[in-house]
Amino acid sequence: MLSVLTGGLEAARLAQPPIAARVPELAPESIHAPHSALALEGVSLSFGGIHALRDVSFDLRPGEIRAVIGPNGAGKSSLVNVISGLYQADAGYIHLGGRRLRHLRPEALPKLGVARTFQNLALFPGLTVEQNVAAGLVFRRRHGLLAQLAGLPGARAEAAEVADRVRDVAGFLGITAHLHRLVSTLPYGLQKQVELARALVASPKVLLLDEPMAGMTATEKAEMAAHVRSARDRLGLATILIEHDIGVVMGLSDRIAVLDHGVKIADGTPPEVRRDPDVIRAYLGAEAA
Amino acid sequence: MSVFSASVTGARLATGFSLPVLVVLSLGFVAVPLTASPYVLEAILLPFLALSLAGLGLNLLTGYCGQVSLGSAAFMAVGAFAAYNFDLRTGLPIPVSIVLAALTAAVIGLVFGLPSLRLRGFYLAVSTLAAQFFVQWALTKFSWFSNGSPSGIIAAPVIELAGLRLDSAVGRYLFSLTIVTAITLLVHRIVSGPEGVNLIAVRDNETAAKVIGVPVLRTKLVAFALSSGIIGIAGVLWAFTYLRTVEPAGFNLDRSFQILFIVIIGGLATIRGTFLGAGLIVVFPLLLGRLSAFAFDGLIDAGLIKLIERIVLGGTIILFLIAEPNGLSAILSRLSARLRALVRRG
Ligand SMILES: Nc1ncnc2c1ncn2[C@@H]1O[C@H](COP(=O)(O)OP(=O)(O)OP(=O)(O)O)[C@@H](O)[C@H]1O
Ligand SMILES: [Mg+2]
Repeated sequence: MLSVLTGGLEAARLAQPPIAARVPELAPESIHAPHSALALEGVSLSFGGIHALRDVSFDLRPGEIRAVIGPNGAGKSSLVNVISGLYQADAGYIHLGGRRLRHLRPEALPKLGVARTFQNLALFPGLTVEQNVAAGLVFRRRHGLLAQLAGLPGARAEAAEVADRVRDVAGFLGITAHLHRLVSTLPYGLQKQVELARALVASPKVLLLDEPMAGMTATEKAEMAAHVRSARDRLGLATILIEHDIGVVMGLSDRIAVLDHGVKIADGTPPEVRRDPDVIRAYLGAEAA
Repeated sequence: MSVFSASVTGARLATGFSLPVLVVLSLGFVAVPLTASPYVLEAILLPFLALSLAGLGLNLLTGYCGQVSLGSAAFMAVGAFAAYNFDLRTGLPIPVSIVLAALTAAVIGLVFGLPSLRLRGFYLAVSTLAAQFFVQWALTKFSWFSNGSPSGIIAAPVIELAGLRLDSAVGRYLFSLTIVTAITLLVHRIVSGPEGVNLIAVRDNETAAKVIGVPVLRTKLVAFALSSGIIGIAGVLWAFTYLRTVEPAGFNLDRSFQILFIVIIGGLATIRGTFLGAGLIVVFPLLLGRLSAFAFDGLIDAGLIKLIERIVLGGTIILFLIAEPNGLSAILSRLSARLRALVRRG
């Protein structure tokens, strides 16, 4: 794993310089300050005897790509699931949209400006690419079933808006050619892009990506990384990126949080994290285990 | 058509109907009434139409929205008895009674759909059995529903439209066909529009659907209400146009399973598959009956023949599920693709 870390060094040098400089500097105590896009405050979560998260505090600034790394079972997905309301924390708070919440309701996420993708594909195989992406806009729909069936002008205008928006996002991610295909007939890498499109179409302020590049070829990974970066650059998204490929993480992230056994053991810029003895130990430990 | 409409194969004519649909419709509305014998109408087409509609209703719920139900016959019964009572007690025109019956079935379907907000799969299927048993019990227990008839069997009213009595086989057939056509078009519009996206999203990945803001609970309840309303109308057609009597006994668990088989054999989440499935379920036993009468007549007793027929039917269904889990609709797709390839090659 150490070799992976140093391999990451090269990747980091090749990639464009970290964007942290563009983001306003924050003092550590302002973790829960109103200008963070999202923050966790002392979140703990356990399943029976397993502590998936232990007193984790974490903040995400607007326009920042924030990686979360750690060995298998470290609690990365749990963190994202707590933020998206799928798991309920035993303790701690979530700061979002100027509010301090114990739990989030997953249904409320899109209205709060949060969109996510899943570690294992969570598309709708029975729908076309276009329909899958359009599903990301359902939460905004103003016209009900009856208006749709009656073909009311408002409902039709809405359908046209949705189509335009889907087309925009598909163009942005380069999947326009596949819009009318059944999503289940696409190769894995493309399906991952569709899932990103479904998240982006909602114009979120916070994007949670759980291993968006897992299982991809090197080319696909580079493409996905470019999309994540340009989504941030163009839309000013705050992104949480869970990823095992350290090279990608070092090149893409402004800051990195490292989890191990549910504990946040390090947090900082890529160079800081790379030097951190705890991180090196955790990765060596994971390799030795 | 909205942007959500699924990709369309085959040519679309100016009417918005595809060619095969137009052919089927003109056969159904023109050729059949002119040529079909009363036997074909009474024994095949009338039950076929009612069961197709019931299958369509169940497919909306199970095929599109992924919610399994074993209570279809209950909603048929609700529709039939509600239409009977609205007709008897209000004297409203029959179409109005049918609409009210559909609403009644929809509301009751909604109530029995509430467990779906908590239960899934096998557990939900078992909970829909409650509808099956409760409705049959209520209809037998309270004679008010059958207007105090001692046997519980009552004659269905003759369908009258604008002074026209539709009591001939052809008249009932055309009435039934018109309703089934209209509802089929409605269902097509629903499933190919934004609501179809909601239904399939809930079916394919409920968690993802919830997180992106698809109204999961509302979608399930809409599916239960629509499905039950449609199945309710199927019950009206079954009682008023096919049997011409209204009785609880025909709407039993066997019927619910029959409708489920129609959907499975035809193919989940396909409209045309539902009609193919209903056709098979109606015609196959008749053919089998003819065949066994021809082969065994006088050799073995009628009860045994019935048993053999059931075993063959059951075996066929199982074979079918193994050989083609996507149903008759998938077979038809393959056949027509092959046909098109042949035509192209000339
Ligand atoms: N729904 C659940 N029920 C029980 N235990 C769970 C559940 N979800 C996660 N866990 C446990 O919590 C711990 C953290 O899991 P989590 O999925 O968050 O890890 P991860 O960092 O995402 O791992 P990976 O890199 O393998 O995806 C693990 O021990 C896991 O077994
Ligand atoms: Mg994970």
